[in-house]
Amino acid sequence: MSLNLRELSTHGEGLAPGHRACAGCGFPPIVRLLLTAAKQPLVVINATGCMEVVTTIYPYSAWPVPYLHSAFENAAATASGVEAAVRALVRRGRLDAPPKIVTIGGDGGTYDIGLQSLSGALERGHDMLYICYNNEGYMNTGIQRSSATPPGARTTTTPAGRVIPGKVEFRKDLTEIVAAHNIPYAAQASISHWGDLAKKITKALAVQGPSFLNVLAPCQPGWDYPTNLTVELSQVAVDAHYWPLYEVDRGHWRITVKPARVRPVADWLAMQGRFKHLAAAPDVAERLQRWVDENWAALQAKAAMSTGQGHAAPAVT
Amino acid sequence: MAVATRRRIGLTGNDAVAMAWRQIDPDVVAAYPITPSTGIVEKFSQFVADGDVGTIFVPVESEHSAMSACIGAAAGGARVTTATASQGLALMHEMLYIAAGLRLPITMAVANRALSAPLNIHGDHSDAMGSRDAGWIQFYCRDVQETYETAILAVRVAEAARVPAMVCLDGFTLSHGLEPVDVFDDDDVHAFIGVPQPAYSLLTGPPITIGPLALPDSYMEFRRAQAEAMTIALHCVEEATEAFNRRFGRAVPPILETIGPEDAESAILLLGSTADVAADAVARWADAARNNAGRKIAVVRLRLFRPFPAMAVRTTLTRFSRVAVLERADTLSTLGGPLVVDTAAALYGAATPPRLFNRIFGLGGRDLRPADLEAVASLLLGEVDGPPVGYLGVRGDEP
Repeated sequence: MSLNLRELSTHGEGLAPGHRACAGCGFPPIVRLLLTAAKQPLVVINATGCMEVVTTIYPYSAWPVPYLHSAFENAAATASGVEAAVRALVRRGRLDAPPKIVTIGGDGGTYDIGLQSLSGALERGHDMLYICYNNEGYMNTGIQRSSATPPGARTTTTPAGRVIPGKVEFRKDLTEIVAAHNIPYAAQASISHWGDLAKKITKALAVQGPSFLNVLAPCQPGWDYPTNLTVELSQVAVDAHYWPLYEVDRGHWRITVKPARVRPVADWLAMQGRFKHLAAAPDVAERLQRWVDENWAALQAKAAMSTGQGHAAPAVT
Repeated sequence: MAVATRRRIGLTGNDAVAMAWRQIDPDVVAAYPITPSTGIVEKFSQFVADGDVGTIFVPVESEHSAMSACIGAAAGGARVTTATASQGLALMHEMLYIAAGLRLPITMAVANRALSAPLNIHGDHSDAMGSRDAGWIQFYCRDVQETYETAILAVRVAEAARVPAMVCLDGFTLSHGLEPVDVFDDDDVHAFIGVPQPAYSLLTGPPITIGPLALPDSYMEFRRAQAEAMTIALHCVEEATEAFNRRFGRAVPPILETIGPEDAESAILLLGSTADVAADAVARWADAARNNAGRKIAVVRLRLFRPFPAMAVRTTLTRFSRVAVLERADTLSTLGGPLVVDTAAALYGAATPPRLFNRIFGLGGRDLRPADLEAVASLLLGEVDGPPVGYLGVRGDEP
């Protein structure tokens, strides 16, 4: 692929500096890579959440591209309307260069409250890339559990108590739910693997129809770690098979990064304050390790079954 | 200007909205089915399927998403329409405020229906009244002809004021009632609404951010501007209605109309299609009055409820000594229905305000019976007295 750091460095900074994201926030690298890697004009539709509130404090905006926010649970539906407007205006000669629609939401706005509108938009086949920046909780409202929060994590609605050691439930597998809509392209990515992420962004943008990226985005206050460890934390999540990097390209499952040295999930847990209490509840970590192993095996099985080429993949440059 | 040509056909209220939309040919329609508005979208889908319109139709998975998609499309500079009712409008509630706050001129037909619980699919105004403070213009139509005309007119009003507009048609009475309708030529409708000229657009012009976070240092200016827009919207309604009547040779009242004897000393104030029933009653009473056996009562039919035309209401109602406000919704505040609350506010401070009676009727599609109107007439003429707030036709609660 032709995307490389040297070339990307010539594309200019996408997201304007001065936005109010926390030091060590995991989502700005995703947006910056999106804005620098995209070769086509973009329109961004954003769900309510951290990204929206830190980048658009009136009268400022960090967005160099057209940007729309309407509410929390409806980014995909709002984007469906923008995409319909693009088609209508092109059809009627009122728009010459149709932009690509990119919809961005956090895990709260995507896994939970926005799941219906996402599913509807995917089923209708709107031409848009949906990116979920997944920080595993409602961080903007002060760190509450979402269905993306891992078991054992301490949040303000799943506190580590004397009886219950943080969140009990496993996370929802949203990427698989999205893939079950049989859209052209769905993938998981991580900011630690920028080349893989950039390639997936490029691929997803090239798709005609819906595409989806679920990107792990560590949250410094929510996960409770030193601000300089955001990328390393993402790396360990991938190395521990906790956050596998894979894609479902027109039904073809492929693991895009296979860690050279697999690390125990305990290494990842140990880096974060939200799991600190698990030292007293080792069974939770063991349960999580088993779950991770089972999921990795299942993913490998799916990739092994997808030995064919699938449908013709879109050209990736 | 020559009066536009027209042809007369039989249409239900839902057909009439769909017909208006076919002529408007919106850029985008995003909608979700719900009784009794479903017919609008069904009929329009056929126009889309037959290529009679160039509209991109987005058949969304909920009313919340319908309004969200309308907002996205309108922010993109598209002309957008939708339709809903009842629970659907309630589900949209959050997005109604956002459509208005972003100053997007979306138009929406609401086939008014009761709200749950208990579940009821029939007509009343509870749904639209629940949205009365969302920052939308609200028209309540008298008949199918007016429904058709208002669906067209609302586009021009909304775009002029940059305020979204609701066209309310009584569920089943108008949505499913078949009436002869004079339909205008497509070209005349196109000329009347013109090509959309959005004030700003996500898709054309320099990149802009729409829907930012406004903190206490800026939020109130946005809301104040919105309040000003509602004042301007009142003038836009008057101007657009005048232009409409000129072009199409009609006499649509921009705000309200008074029906019945000119020397009436009391009146019935109401919204929507009940005006025809009440007009029949007051005509009968006026006929009888000529034989000294009847009653002289007028009907004041309010067509525009948001923005609330306080001056027009005040000027009109202070001519009467007693006014019965009949309405198909309740605020459940113990103060009566929403119309009487606003009417009382409009009359506050008047030198000779009429005595107001509020009578709530027709909830969940219950008929307004002749006997109910007779009871109202007795109140208005002082033949009987009654409480300021009451209900018509409720078992065990007869006045």
